[in-house]
Amino acid sequence: MLLASVEYARPRSIEEALTLLAANPNGRALAGGQTLVNVMKARIAAPELLVDLNHIPELRGIRETDEGLELGAMVTYTQLARTEEVHRERPILADVAAQIADVQVRNRGTVGGNVCSNDPTNHLPPVLVAVGATMAIAGASGVRLVPAEEFFVGVYLTAVGPGELLTGISVPRRQGGDGFASVTIGRDGTCIANAAASRNGSLRVVLGCVAATPVLIEMPSADEESVRSAVAAAELDPPSDIHAPAAYRRQLAGVLAARAARQASGAA
Amino acid sequence: MSEPVSRKTISVEVNGTTYEREVEARRLLVHYIRDDLDLTGTHVGCDTGNCGACSVIVDGTLLKSCMMLAIQADGASIETVEGLGADGELNPLQQAFGEHHALQCGYCTPGMLMSAKALLDENPEPTEGEIRRAIQGNICRCTGYVNIVEAIAAAAEASP
Repeated sequence: MLLASVEYARPRSIEEALTLLAANPNGRALAGGQTLVNVMKARIAAPELLVDLNHIPELRGIRETDEGLELGAMVTYTQLARTEEVHRERPILADVAAQIADVQVRNRGTVGGNVCSNDPTNHLPPVLVAVGATMAIAGASGVRLVPAEEFFVGVYLTAVGPGELLTGISVPRRQGGDGFASVTIGRDGTCIANAAASRNGSLRVVLGCVAATPVLIEMPSADEESVRSAVAAAELDPPSDIHAPAAYRRQLAGVLAARAARQASGAA
Repeated sequence: MSEPVSRKTISVEVNGTTYEREVEARRLLVHYIRDDLDLTGTHVGCDTGNCGACSVIVDGTLLKSCMMLAIQADGASIETVEGLGADGELNPLQQAFGEHHALQCGYCTPGMLMSAKALLDENPEPTEGEIRRAIQGNICRCTGYVNIVEAIAAAAEASP
């Protein structure tokens, strides 16, 4: 398919990328392109400039620190799924990355692209909220840190503003267990509903696909009945679509929350 | 500082041959391969990133060439289905696809072969489950996949 006319730039540093984005209000950062190129084909997005982030080494790495993991925004799903430090520090990230789409998409798709596109069916937004990740957003005035639970603003909308760039994600060291459960369209397909859970003393459960942004529920207790009633009390109003009516999604939210909570509690 | 461009002469190595062509920034890699280089083995199936018929290997990484811009491949080394056999000889994967009737219409086959190649390059002795996961991004509407999986397993066994 022929894309609309667009310009292209290949910066070699974050500063250069920011300069390009600041100078072009209709510019877009191009990460793995597994969403953006397709929405450009459909003319849903028509940026005038693509700022290709694939040649900025500082966005590529996974670092283990005393606090946990530092993920560059351009870390691919394949990289996340195969990096030893991720398996050691926060294996849920590797497990979830390995169930996104297919080999080709995992080789190219990035963590930063997944969260910045913020499609409500994406896997990583609920996971990153559950584990208490912090997003680093660079802009003209420096870097600001935004907790994951404030990062996801609306459908396809995040805290990243015009001229800004998500550069990295900090994931704290694991304290207790983590969990993730989903019902998908085919194996490793798009999520119809999903839930992530993390125990750090208390239990946090985060539901995906049921609202514009991930829904965080702090659980008073980890037993299945409490989890189910906390989800019921949240009075979710999920959308209906061809894959699931709202009532079924609401039902799945409770089931998946319980499964994710069970995994996080080490009983899965 | 890299200045924005709307077209550029790019240098890309494909199956060992280096090509220099001017491309528009909006050109998809798959169209560059098929229409600019006339390497029509790589197919356009769905053009939405789902079917995998356009799969190629770029700098060692299997990807769908309808979701990458040609200009992004400037300086890259690409393997396409044309690079599998040499001098009119089929390679073990191609041979096995023929022997196991792993294709009917053949439309998905180039992408299927590249996914299989990427798998075997990395994992020469895959299990059936690993083979099935490796071709998850390649849709075949004729065969039901059984013969494709058998062909890849046979090629793995046949390879030294």
